[in-house]
Amino acid sequence: MLTYALVGLEPRRVEVEAHLQKGVPSFAIVGLADRACQEAKERVRSGIVSAELEWPLRRITVNLAPAELRKEGSGFDLTIALAILAASHQIPAASLREHAAVGELALDGRVRPVGGALVVAEGARRAGIEFVLCAAESAREVALAGVDPVPVHHLAEAVAYIRGDWLPEPPPLTANGRVPFTCPDLAEVKGQRRGRRALEIAAAGRHNLLLAGPPGTGKTMLARRLPGILPPLVREEALEVTRIHSVVGLLPSGQPLVAEPPFRAPHHSSSMPAIVGGGSGPTPGEASLAHRGVLLLDEFPEFQRPVLEALRQPLEDGVVSVARANGRAVFPARFQLVATMNLCPCGGRGDAAGCSCSAARLAHFREKLSRALLDRFDLVVAMPRPRAAELDGSGEETSALVRERVQAARERLETRPPRMSSEARVLLTEAVERLPLSGRGRARVARVARTIAALAGAEEIAREHLAEALSYRIPPELTGT
Amino acid sequence: MKAERGYRVLTRRSADYPALLDAIHDPPKRLYLRGDGSPRLLSCPVVAIVGTRSCSPYGAQVARRLGRELAAAGAVVVSGLARGIDAEAHRGALEGEGATVAVLGCGIDRDYPRAHSALAQRIAAGGLLISEYEPGTEPAPWRFPARNRIIAGLARVTIIVEARARSGALITADFALEEGREVFAVPGEITSALSRGTNELLRLGAAPLVEPEDVIDALGLEKAPAPRAIRLSEEASRVRELLADRSASVDDLVGKSGLAADAVAAALVELELTGEAVCAEGVYRLH
Repeated sequence: MLTYALVGLEPRRVEVEAHLQKGVPSFAIVGLADRACQEAKERVRSGIVSAELEWPLRRITVNLAPAELRKEGSGFDLTIALAILAASHQIPAASLREHAAVGELALDGRVRPVGGALVVAEGARRAGIEFVLCAAESAREVALAGVDPVPVHHLAEAVAYIRGDWLPEPPPLTANGRVPFTCPDLAEVKGQRRGRRALEIAAAGRHNLLLAGPPGTGKTMLARRLPGILPPLVREEALEVTRIHSVVGLLPSGQPLVAEPPFRAPHHSSSMPAIVGGGSGPTPGEASLAHRGVLLLDEFPEFQRPVLEALRQPLEDGVVSVARANGRAVFPARFQLVATMNLCPCGGRGDAAGCSCSAARLAHFREKLSRALLDRFDLVVAMPRPRAAELDGSGEETSALVRERVQAARERLETRPPRMSSEARVLLTEAVERLPLSGRGRARVARVARTIAALAGAEEIAREHLAEALSYRIPPELTGT
Repeated sequence: MKAERGYRVLTRRSADYPALLDAIHDPPKRLYLRGDGSPRLLSCPVVAIVGTRSCSPYGAQVARRLGRELAAAGAVVVSGLARGIDAEAHRGALEGEGATVAVLGCGIDRDYPRAHSALAQRIAAGGLLISEYEPGTEPAPWRFPARNRIIAGLARVTIIVEARARSGALITADFALEEGREVFAVPGEITSALSRGTNELLRLGAAPLVEPEDVIDALGLEKAPAPRAIRLSEEASRVRELLADRSASVDDLVGKSGLAADAVAAALVELELTGEAVCAEGVYRLH
């Protein structure tokens, strides 16, 4: 009987063999099974008995091959039960051949869903297996991999199916249970022209965005509205995201495919494994859960320095590699980073009340933001406290409206990206001479200018597009020069 | 004066020992000098610019502008190489292509604070770093007030840009007043703790500094000619007019000008590149 173990996000073929011998009745699972997997013994025994089948009173050995691969979790339960039933001739072993199985057993024999069903199913498809026995809840997820799910609620149903006595109802494949999108709308944000504009540019060009300003100026409020103006994922992207979310068990029930860009906002106390992935498994972290979506780091400088430095790899390569004693995993992590921060430790800078930080404390605060890290932000926006009068603005644009412009700009960037006009090139050279702007900074400004031109629907990057792009450069007060 | 190991020493008997400093209550017996500037710089019209280390963007901007315009007019800008106002005054003077002198509270071979070692080198390239302490003397807090008496003693005019109620810069002002030198204070907002010290000085009778010309007149110098005017775009001129009223953020300017956020941002960059506006923490001001 076949199933698949997860190594990171990759399925590895696992063959489950059961052997019955004469002797004192016993039950052993071999093949580097972890604790949850060893406990399958109790679940499988109760499950088989509850399904009114016979528990063979023999010396039972279950082998999970290949033996050197560590197996984790409860997803092997269903496969082990079927292997034992086949070995004791309660079901025909021959019918198991073109099947794989994944699922956890309850003590009463019910089949429960487990994380990673999509990845298991993809493994099966690559091996040419057509049918995957799984919990009814996992059926739509399994179907995404292009194999036929056999949704079963109970071990007894699985047995009846293998014996050829029963056929499951095909899952409703057409009904794409798309949950209504719940991202807060931009129409609720009053004023903030500068911030809104930067958000739109960030969305159109997939630029990383840093919002800096005193507390309470709406930095987080704006950042949370970024997913709402991003175009939906294309199918290939959606499958990638679904695979990751499936492995960590984050798929909402009734919504097998993650079609909207994910949004993750880990707290600044999060550990390194929580952000970039890890554990003995290893399992993906927030950076991978935000793949093809948005990773919001609120109070950016409060994150531990090693965590921030660890994010440099995914920001550069779009992947995280986690090395562990028993293997190395590579997780996709191509996210868009949005970060917010105060301008100083006390938060008073940019505010009328003023800052009360000592010079040394301020210097320490700035040191924490390494130049290398700040260089990953294409757009940096300082958000001073708005004057009271402009808060009463009304009739602001909705997210849907902005999203249309973003989508149009993205299409333009992909099909015929605007080229730099000679006027813009002159301005850029002039700016490099007069402003503190590094070589990296220059490339960043050029990228942002291209997005701005695309948003304007222009064929060429004009002088004013480049000038606007320059206004999002890293302000010198963040680097302490 | 003797030259040894890259520094020079002035004693009170040297011809170049500055007369103004010699006239104070307890002039330093020796001055150690480092840098390419002539010791006679200390006898030129000297203006001291001092203030708090944790200054506001406003204070930083004023200190820089004063440093630049006074240096351009021919004054020698003296300060203490500390963070904040002091450093901005030195930088301004370098921008104005004038000489500037840093008076240290430690040996002249110690760049203190360490973060300003690059700045110290730029100062040494055309100006001087001076100290009454022997090379090798470590910085210590109790040496800084004594250092302030030299700053005030060298200067014909002392300017306090920003100071809290009990700031070291006020000690410099006291020294200057005791010696009968002129003291200017830069007015600040009455709500800001960083302006408490300077506003208090104004109440006690210090001269308010409203324009750099006030000091240039007091030093008996002439203002440097204004740089040539540059043609601005329509939007940039409009934004410039609005900034002349008061400093503003992009959002403020969008509200006042009726222009869109992208046009305002482009106009502001144009003003920054022509050197007419500066930005700090998202708020733009005319330079």
